[in-house]
Amino acid sequence: MKRLLLTLMMLVPVAASAAGGGHADLDEVDIDMGDTASLQRGAEIFVDYCASCHGAQYMRYQRIGEDLGMSPEDVKARLVRGDAKIGETMTNAAMTDDYARDAFGAVPPDLSLVARVRGADWLYTYLRSFYRDPDKALGVNNALFPDVSMPHVFWREQGIQEAVYKTEKGADGETHETLDHLELAEPGTLSPDEFDAMIRDLVNFMVYMGEPSQIQAHRLAPKVIGFLLIFLVIIFLLKREYWKDVKSGRA
Amino acid sequence: MRQVFHWFDNRLPVSRFWNAHLSGYYVPKNFNLWYFFGSLALLVSMIQIVTGIWLTMNYKPDGDLAFGSVEYIMRDVEWGWLIRYMHSTGASAFFVVIYLHMFRGLMYGSYKKPRELVWIFGMLIYLVLMAEAFMGYLLPWGQMSYWGAQVIISLFGSIPVIGPDLALWIRGDYVVSDITLNRFFALHVIALPLVLLFLIGAHIMALHEVGSNNPDGVEIKEHKDEHGKPLDGIPFHPYYTLKDMVGATVFLIFFFIVVFYMPEMGGYFLEPPNFQPADPLKTPEHIAPVWYFTPFYAILRAVPDKFLGVVAMGGAIIVLFLMPWLDRSGVRSIRYRSLAYKVLLGAFVVSFVFLGWLGMQPATPLLTLLARIFTAVYFGFFVALWLISRHEKTRPVPERVTAK
Repeated sequence: MKRLLLTLMMLVPVAASAAGGGHADLDEVDIDMGDTASLQRGAEIFVDYCASCHGAQYMRYQRIGEDLGMSPEDVKARLVRGDAKIGETMTNAAMTDDYARDAFGAVPPDLSLVARVRGADWLYTYLRSFYRDPDKALGVNNALFPDVSMPHVFWREQGIQEAVYKTEKGADGETHETLDHLELAEPGTLSPDEFDAMIRDLVNFMVYMGEPSQIQAHRLAPKVIGFLLIFLVIIFLLKREYWKDVKSGRA
Repeated sequence: MRQVFHWFDNRLPVSRFWNAHLSGYYVPKNFNLWYFFGSLALLVSMIQIVTGIWLTMNYKPDGDLAFGSVEYIMRDVEWGWLIRYMHSTGASAFFVVIYLHMFRGLMYGSYKKPRELVWIFGMLIYLVLMAEAFMGYLLPWGQMSYWGAQVIISLFGSIPVIGPDLALWIRGDYVVSDITLNRFFALHVIALPLVLLFLIGAHIMALHEVGSNNPDGVEIKEHKDEHGKPLDGIPFHPYYTLKDMVGATVFLIFFFIVVFYMPEMGGYFLEPPNFQPADPLKTPEHIAPVWYFTPFYAILRAVPDKFLGVVAMGGAIIVLFLMPWLDRSGVRSIRYRSLAYKVLLGAFVVSFVFLGWLGMQPATPLLTLLARIFTAVYFGFFVALWLISRHEKTRPVPERVTAK
């Protein structure tokens, strides 16, 4: 019976890992909420590269400082752009919705929770998958999110990638040109490794931004679970003491 | 102090209640691991009620504000994230615990005479709990909340004649809207919890009237000592209160590991599309209910006709109510039943787990075929059980419990 129970319990995590999938071809990114320096760098990258078009309506500047060990002065200097107050949420994108519709054909989505919707690996892959496509209005396309109406914000750092195609026979018997991989055609100011590290910092921050409470949760967890473990020992010993009556038939 | 107690005890059955249900309530001494899940279900229900009260303090049941108010709870309310994650994890934990509790009942024949009502009240609790969870899932007002509710309510629309009006009556609108959100909130926080508390009370009262079954499926009341105490029974308090506290602590350790480190449980407890606000104009690529509904969702999709699918889905739950009469064997516990019964119960569990998995997958021809096979196994269990249990070759049941 115990074995059966254990088997049933083990099915839960097995099933959980099976559902994570979706995109098998995503590049994996190492997310670490303990890497405060990376999170701080990511916050700056977010403010400088993303926040001029995208808002983060649920994220307060002040909270970033509290969670990531930055003083209010530090937050103001490094993160607050324009005349926003430190207690405000990050909704001061310079661009209006009408302007965005005219320029890009779409309103940039709010990014507070994007990491929870898409996942870290998706973001990491997406941000590194822009390539030159003269057919598009913005001159770029994205291998992971075809025809996305977002420009390649990191073109200076990454450089320009070009698509390499391969011909494949489809299910209909015809041959098709499909995107095989991307090649760096013009190098940017950063080496590929440096650029990957930069995007990793950004994605790390976006994962934090999706769920700032995880910093508190990870700090609180050992205390709560430690208490429960100690309590378990005490309550188990107490139970065993009482149950001696049952074993000896005196209950 | 003593006088105060007596003053109350003379006017309220305090000590009588304590005696009848705790210190003088005799329980078989041979309970195993499986018997933790009843008290754990009670614990989870308390967690849900307490965290639920605190959530309502900051939640706004309004189509424009609901999504943002949940994020407000997650980010700006002190300890809001902990309360919310305890509630969302609690919902899934409730079903984990209830499913294991029900399986225990199946294994040891706890639904059999004289415990039919205990089983029926338990099934009613399960049914109301499903409604409670379904309505609660709409409240965060994310994409999956919205579209999940849209799909499930539209099922009622497939009932002939009254269907469309019934679906309209449930929603209060032609699509899921702010009106639906408001009424689901009312039902989720007041109506259904009241019904649940009543049913939990009835479940426990009915249990204490007939006494607990045990892994051997023997009646401890049949062997009493000179004082009329069952020889194989021990008072619930202190023995099982303490033992259940050990179980509760182990449970809480697992529970808080999930709350702190994996509240989304890889997308099973909180689905990723639900972090996007509800958008009536944009259907998600793949709509799947939360994991605890997926076995029934798979049965629904396995049937080609929508209305018959709804009938099959409902039937899959209703047939469980009939267990006390479908199982005609006089032996309760799986320990003394035939190999055929063990194989049947095993097949039933396998089909339930696989249907649960299939209900999460997009429907492909192969998976639909599998869902049909497992649906047949699911219903086949009840038919085969009815057939074999009449003249089942069982092993001799001991007179007394077999605990060491």
